[in-house]
Amino acid sequence: MADKMALAKAINESLRRALDSDPKVLIMGEDVGKLGGVFRVTDGLQKDFGESRVIDTPLAESGIVGTAIGLALRGYRPVVEIQFDGFVFPAYDQIVTQLAKMHARSLGKVKLPVVVRIPYGGGIGAVEHHSESPEALFAHVAGLKIVSPSNASDAYWMMQQAIQSDDPVIFFEPKRRYWDKGEVNTEAIPGPLHKAQVVREGTDLTLAAYGPMVKLCQEVADVAAEEGKNLEIVDLRSVSPLDFDSIQASVEKTRRLVVVHEAPVFFGSGAEIAARITERCFYHLEAPVLRVGGYHAPYPPARLEEEYLPNLDRVLDAVDRSLAY
Amino acid sequence: MTVESTAARTPRRSAGSKAGTTGTKRTRTTAKNDTGAEPQLVQLLTPEGKRVKNAEYDKYVAGITPEELRGLYRDMVLTRRFDAEATSLQRQGELGLWASLLGQEAAQIGSGRATREDDYVFPTYREHGVAWCRGVDPANLLGMFRGVNNGGWDPNSNNFQLYTIVIGSQTLHATGYAMGVAKDGADSAVIAYFGDGASSQGDVAESFTFSAVYNAPVVFFCQNNQWAISEPTEKQSRVPIYQRAQGFGFPGVRVDGNDVLGVLAVTRWALERARSGEGPTLVEAFTYRMGAHTTSDDPTRYRGDEERQAWEAKDPILRLRRYLEASNHADEGFFAELEAESEALGKRVREAVRAMPDPDHFAIFENAYADGHALVDEERAQFAAYQASFADEGGN
Repeated sequence: MADKMALAKAINESLRRALDSDPKVLIMGEDVGKLGGVFRVTDGLQKDFGESRVIDTPLAESGIVGTAIGLALRGYRPVVEIQFDGFVFPAYDQIVTQLAKMHARSLGKVKLPVVVRIPYGGGIGAVEHHSESPEALFAHVAGLKIVSPSNASDAYWMMQQAIQSDDPVIFFEPKRRYWDKGEVNTEAIPGPLHKAQVVREGTDLTLAAYGPMVKLCQEVADVAAEEGKNLEIVDLRSVSPLDFDSIQASVEKTRRLVVVHEAPVFFGSGAEIAARITERCFYHLEAPVLRVGGYHAPYPPARLEEEYLPNLDRVLDAVDRSLAY
Repeated sequence: MTVESTAARTPRRSAGSKAGTTGTKRTRTTAKNDTGAEPQLVQLLTPEGKRVKNAEYDKYVAGITPEELRGLYRDMVLTRRFDAEATSLQRQGELGLWASLLGQEAAQIGSGRATREDDYVFPTYREHGVAWCRGVDPANLLGMFRGVNNGGWDPNSNNFQLYTIVIGSQTLHATGYAMGVAKDGADSAVIAYFGDGASSQGDVAESFTFSAVYNAPVVFFCQNNQWAISEPTEKQSRVPIYQRAQGFGFPGVRVDGNDVLGVLAVTRWALERARSGEGPTLVEAFTYRMGAHTTSDDPTRYRGDEERQAWEAKDPILRLRRYLEASNHADEGFFAELEAESEALGKRVREAVRAMPDPDHFAIFENAYADGHALVDEERAQFAAYQASFADEGGN
C-alpha cells in the first residue's frame, strides 16, 4: 500500500508495525505515552499497546538508556526516545561505555538490540540544546550504528530495519522534516539499511548529504540546473557504517564532491568522507573535497541559525568553488 | 517605598552571598548523620562467633543445617584462597591488575548464596565471591585482569553479568532487567552490586528512581567497604547509605557485612520482597576492604593501620570458624580437608592462568558488531594485508 504521509507519521506507523509484529518491542521515553511525544511521533501507541509496552519514563536519560540495556539483556527490543538532540548527553556514558561495547565485552554472547531515537538538527527556531547535530560524537564509537533518513519512506523502512538489527542503532530523525510528506509503500522490499542511494543523477559534481540536508541539496541542484550545472546527489542514509563505495562510484563519475551536514565541519562526518574519498579517488578528483556545515561555535540563538546552518547560497558557493578548480 | 530602598535590596543579596563564601566559617567540616539516631546494624553472629537472636531476620536462616554452615565457611575460605592466588599472580607478572575482595567474603558469599538459580546478578569488578556462588569458574574471572579479554564468561550461563568497570552503570542494567522480569510475570529476582563510592553516581540514583517507580524486583546490594580508593565514605554521603532508600520510597537495611549469616538472612528477606512483588530494597553491607583498592594502589598514603587492625578482629571467616567450633558443627578433619582443597584450587588457578594464551591478533575486530560493519571488514582486511606483508619478507 502506497500512502502519502508525513515523515513523523511514517515513523509512527513503523513503530506501530513493530509493536504489532513483535511482542518484545517496547517504546520508552519522556512523554511518549499519553502525549505521544513532544513531536507526536508515538501518538496513539500507548492507547493501543498499553502502558507496559509504551512506557513513560522518569526524566533521566541515562536511566532510560541504562534500563533499556537491562531490558535488552532480558530479551526485549527497546526503542527509546531522547526528547531532543541536546538532551542525549546524560545518556552518553551508558551509550558509549555500555551499549556500544557489551557485545564485544561478552565475546559476542550478549546482543543489545536497542534503538535510540534522537530528533536532531536545527531550523525550527528553538531554544538552546534543541537544534544540535551530534552524530559525529557517536560515529567515533565502535559498536554503534548511526542512521538518518531524509524522507518518509526511508523513515518507515529504516526504522523497521533498525529495530530488527541486533546491534544498537542511533536513529537521528530530521526534526525539521517531520511534517514533510512523501509516499510510503509499506509492502515494498527495502534496500539494505546502510546503503547510500543516488537520489538525483548528475555529471558535474556530487553532493553527499543525509537527513535534513538532502532536501536542501535537491533545492541546490534545481538552482544549479538553471545555471547549466548538472549535480548528482547521494543520500548517505547511514553515517556508521558509511557507504564509501557508493560515494566513490559517484565521484569517479563526477570528479567533484561537496559534503553537506548541519553538524560542525570540524571533525564532522564530512572530514572522514573527504579523507577516505581523497584516498580512494585521488586520480579522479578535479578539486579537493569541500564541506559545508556548522561552524566551530556553540549552536547560535535561533535568530542566527540561518547564518549558522548550511543554506542554499552557502552550498551553491561551495559548488562554484569546486567547479572553479 | 522609595527607589533608593529598592536599590538597597540588591547589594544586600550579593553581600549575603559574599559572606557565605568568605565570611562566616562553616562549622561542619565533615559530613555526619543528621538524623540523630545511631545507625541500625543487623547482626546474627558477633565477631566472637556468638549467635545473637534477631526477631526480624532469624526466620530467614532458621532451618540452616550444620552442613550448610560448613558450606558457607568453605565458600569463604576458597574465595579468599583464590583471591590471594590472584594477588600473587599479579605480583609475578601473570596478571596486569587485581582487585582483591579480602575482607568482603561474608558480604559476597552471604548474598551470593541467597540467590536462586533463576535470579540474575549484576556485579562490579570485585564480586569474585559472588561469581563463585554462581558457579563461574574462578579462572575465567582472570582473563580480563590478564588482558586476554574484557570478560571471559557467558553471562547467561550462570545469570552472572560481566564485570562492570564504570562505577554504578550496572545498577541501571539490573533495574531494566528486573523491569523485564516483572513484564514476563516471572518470580525471579535481580541483585545489583555496587560500593560506597558508587552510591554517589547519578546512575545509582536513577536506578533507585526507576526501580521504585516501576516497582522492579531488584535488590541493591551496597558493599560499604569504607573506602573508594582513597576517599572515605564521609566523602560520599552525609547519611548512612542504607537510609537513602527511604527518600526513594523503599526500605533500606544495614547489615554487618562481615557476618555471613546476617548477610544471608537480610538478602533472603530482600530477594523475597522482590519475588513477591514488593519492589526494590537497598541492603548496605557494612564491611571493610582489608587490602588495597587494586594491586596498583597504596593504602598507606591515606589510611592508618590501626583501622585495619580493628577490622581484622571482625574477620568474617574467623567468626564463623569460632561459631562452628563452639557448636561442634565442624571437626578438625573438615578444616584439614578444606586446607588441602584450598591449596589445590590455588594450584589449579595458577596453572590455568599461566596456560591462558594470548588472543589471536584478529580478535581486535571480532564482535565489534553483531551484524557486521563495512568499516570493520575493511580495516580487518587492511590489517591482514599488513600482517601478510611480513610473511612475504620471510618473517613469521
